[in-house]
Amino acid sequence: MSEREVLELLRENARYSTADIARMTDLEESEVEATIEELEAAGVLRGYQAVVDWDALEDERVRAEVELNVTLDRETSYGDIAERLARFPQVTSLRLVSGDYDFDMEVEGDSIREVSQFISEKVAPVPEITQTVTHYVMTSYKENGIELGDGDDDDRLSVSP
Amino acid sequence: MTLEPAQRVQAVPPSGIRRFFEIAEERDDVISLGVGEPDFSTPWAARDAAIHSLEQGRTSYTANRGMRELREAIAGYVVDRFDLAYDPDEEIIVTAGASEAVDLAFRAFVDPGDTVAIAQPSYISYEPGVIFAGGEPLPVPTREADDFRLTVGALERAGAADADALVLCYPNNPTGAVMPAADLAPIADFAREHDLTVFSDEIYAELTYEGEHTSIATFEGMRERTVVFNGFSKAYAMTGLRLGYALAPADAITAMNRVHQYGMLSAPTTAQYAALEALDSCDDDVEEMVGQYDRRRQFVLSRFEEIGMPCFEAKGAFYVFPEVPAGWTAEEFAEELLYDQGVAVVPGDVFGESGTGHLRVSYATGLGDLREALSRIEAFLEDRV
Ligand SMILES: Cc1ncc(COP(=O)(O)O)c(C=O)c1O
Repeated sequence: MSEREVLELLRENARYSTADIARMTDLEESEVEATIEELEAAGVLRGYQAVVDWDALEDERVRAEVELNVTLDRETSYGDIAERLARFPQVTSLRLVSGDYDFDMEVEGDSIREVSQFISEKVAPVPEITQTVTHYVMTSYKENGIELGDGDDDDRLSVSP
Repeated sequence: MTLEPAQRVQAVPPSGIRRFFEIAEERDDVISLGVGEPDFSTPWAARDAAIHSLEQGRTSYTANRGMRELREAIAGYVVDRFDLAYDPDEEIIVTAGASEAVDLAFRAFVDPGDTVAIAQPSYISYEPGVIFAGGEPLPVPTREADDFRLTVGALERAGAADADALVLCYPNNPTGAVMPAADLAPIADFAREHDLTVFSDEIYAELTYEGEHTSIATFEGMRERTVVFNGFSKAYAMTGLRLGYALAPADAITAMNRVHQYGMLSAPTTAQYAALEALDSCDDDVEEMVGQYDRRRQFVLSRFEEIGMPCFEAKGAFYVFPEVPAGWTAEEFAEELLYDQGVAVVPGDVFGESGTGHLRVSYATGLGDLREALSRIEAFLEDRV
């Protein structure tokens, strides 16, 4: 299962070189390259993105988690609504979820004003959307499996038996 | 009488590791591949259980042999994983690290003048432990040509047939060698034939990357002559919590417990709670760590091959054991590498004479540092060799 192995390694660090991936597995570098190309072509690998701790930067990025409730009719499916919302560049992720609300949407913008305007002018007016609840992100502690704290210092002795 | 150390203490020199530690500590740009413990933190569930036990005020001594619940969990674990069937009431003792278990066994079973054969290169505590117990260590060198596995030939050449006991440790610190069942079988035959007590340190058992770990105690007629050591330090990244255990027939555990009850009373209670949780719920954490070590192992082996340092294919623990280039001693190479490039490794002869000409390189270090360290070693070879 070279695909799984390559995916796991890229999920750990998408900047591993194909040579390093080859060294860590039983694969040749050319096989790693071919596997990655196949996974991209098949739409399994959809992108490679940095995990950013915005709090560590001066210029603030505003993010919000938005709960959306919708009503469906014969002509409109969840997929139709999702497609419409997903087109907005402000929407960074969109998922249909179980529970009290239907969609779990993440949005990003340069200011609270911008994000609020987007919700009130672009999202809320969509006819099928019956309710929105917006939660602004105050601090993020973990993103994509990566803890954003200072981390555990390596306090091991430098040479030990 | 003054505070003059006893002769058997004077007979043991300070550890050769110490000197490298001191040099490495002087500099702050050092990448250390000299570390003999995991770089991962203890799985959170185990730490959380330890904290919870403290909150509940569970800070008294436990039974000498350890909490019953923990011994039951250990019994369940070793039988599932390694086919080692031991009774939690009579055949298991929980100790302050595998270190204490090893020490207890030497003190419980070695009489003054007994010869204890030790497969080498080996972890540095066995020889001193035997000497402190009044016994005489007999090094049994293993060879790179045998992938540092112990062979009957090596035992015979060293004169181990006349020994009273044999210490072995696979997966091995410092070589990373493992002993598959087929290679262990003749060693078991030899031990039976020559009536040797066997001390088997299996603390790296979980860190076996190819094939399955087999314990020598599982061979016909071996259980009654073997003490198996294991612990939580390596597999569960719990070194500082100090928790290990020994498995042996009831009478043997009774003897070890005699020493333990006077010398230690009981293993650290907080650590016992952490260990219980580790066995209960941390299989996934172990699997994740083992997966990471294995990738690093393959990475490091590939890099040594690329830069032209011969290195046999270590299949266990978290060490590889490359050869130093001709014209260098391991000591010189390690020292110059540290001064020149700020990479710390441990010269192989620290682990016994048969480690001469080799370096112990630990990959209990993140991949970024490993990559950088190997590049520095490559630069060192280009500049200096
Ligand atoms: C082979 C071997 N045995 C035993 C130990 C000691 O383990 P513990 O932390 O359980 O005392 C070590 C630690 O480095 C080791 O490498």
